[in-house]
Amino acid sequence: MFEVKDLHVHYGVIHALKGISLTVDDGEIVTLIGANGAGKTTTLRTISGLKKPTSGEIILDGVDITNTSAQERVKMGISHVPEGRRVFSNLTVLENLELGAYLRKDKEGIAKDLKKVYDLFPVLADRRKQLAGTLSGGEQQMLAIGRALMSRPKILLLDEPSMGLAPLLVQEIFNIIKDVNSNGTTVLLVEQNARMALQIAHRAYVIETGRIVLSGTGAELMESEEIKKAYLGG
Amino acid sequence: MEQLLQQIVNGISLGSIYALIALGYTMVYGIIKLINFAHCDIYMIGAYVGYVCMAKLGLGFFPSLLASMLVCTLLGVAIEKIAYKPLRNATRIAALITAIGVSLFLEYTTMFFATANVRTYPPMTGFMAKTFKMGNVVISAQQILIAIITIILMVLLQLIVKKTRIGKAMRAVSLDKDAAELMGINADSTISFTFALGSALAGAAGILVGVYYNSINPLMGVLPGLKAFVAAVFGGIGIIPGAMLGGYLIGIIETFVAGFGYSMYRDAVVFAILILILILRPAGLLGKNTGEKV
Repeated sequence: MFEVKDLHVHYGVIHALKGISLTVDDGEIVTLIGANGAGKTTTLRTISGLKKPTSGEIILDGVDITNTSAQERVKMGISHVPEGRRVFSNLTVLENLELGAYLRKDKEGIAKDLKKVYDLFPVLADRRKQLAGTLSGGEQQMLAIGRALMSRPKILLLDEPSMGLAPLLVQEIFNIIKDVNSNGTTVLLVEQNARMALQIAHRAYVIETGRIVLSGTGAELMESEEIKKAYLGG
Repeated sequence: MEQLLQQIVNGISLGSIYALIALGYTMVYGIIKLINFAHCDIYMIGAYVGYVCMAKLGLGFFPSLLASMLVCTLLGVAIEKIAYKPLRNATRIAALITAIGVSLFLEYTTMFFATANVRTYPPMTGFMAKTFKMGNVVISAQQILIAIITIILMVLLQLIVKKTRIGKAMRAVSLDKDAAELMGINADSTISFTFALGSALAGAAGILVGVYYNSINPLMGVLPGLKAFVAAVFGGIGIIPGAMLGGYLIGIIETFVAGFGYSMYRDAVVFAILILILILRPAGLLGKNTGEKV
């Protein structure tokens, strides 16, 4: 189980997260929805160790990991697909995937996972020798997810996987997220596309200006009048 | 024609030195976007270490070369840890000014301990003193040595960058530091390793220059350092093959200008090239100006 307790984060004098608490149970898809600037990305960056919190706790399987480095967290099973995909554009698709397994030493396991990623995203297998920067936006998103899976994470953090993609591709990416989850990976999904996120999520949190203002199951929030008005377009 | 060949031979020797120094500039720039002005003084220290080893301790050339590279590696890593790492999240101009400070510190500390006097390397003996004649083109054993050592070091560098785990980490950090950390790459140690590699190459360049030109002094790094920097920009800063190409081209151009009787203008020509590149092709010969897909 993954847990965040009363997380506060500052950027200089700006108080970006004002006491975020959330839990993600093993095998769940939990989504964090909210408007631009609400603190979604900051929450994920703090969980993966790119940003140091001012106070609060981050707990993975009962172990407090608040003071560990980003590298250690990857080793412990947290994998983060950052906003805007951030693939290594001048490296090939294969090199990107290999970097995802940077901390692993088990060659056979890596080869097996590489095959799994290629099965999940056949287009990546076709383009494995191509530079990542030449892929389309949707393919880059697939590569970013595939790369994150190469570390064999317990929990996968996804930041706006639908950003900038055509509706058909968004549907495809969300189907893949569901597949990944049903294969046993826990998912914490940050999205502006609230409708899509709530459809696949077991549970959801709504974040507004650095605070969790609402939580419940995906279906519950879909029915909530407040959510309909604010995030689902009436 | 023979004059031309002779100049090319001389130019390759000088260009090798520039290329070795330029690699350090370009790798450090590639990974932390810092023009490490202290780099030229690491090269100077390399020359002094070589001098101490060869003239005072009586070591042979190859042990001295290794000693120079080792001392410079340690120095480069120490400078990064002490001076640049605390500024990792500061503005770029802060790091740049610090680099100039470190440069002056190294120059005048060396002057304090070794005095400002020119020191001369011991005369070469045996094979190293030989010269070969092909028609009227004279090639010295030292020139051959410089060319061969430079090529070996460059091949090694390429192997490290392209084939090893740490090399992959270097490329990842230089492309996107945050994303690299999300792969589990330790960005700090990768940056240290980059400084180590660049400094080792500068150390090698230092001792090679000592052997080739014989005389060294505490400010010897300034002008070659600037020219190597021009070479790195010429080839495309941040691009390793660019620094190699730029180094050789600048070396050959400079030798040609000097060799055809315009010795007084050779520095001016190098810096004129810098101005021209910045106007005509700011990304350098091998650089790309294209934006990336987002």
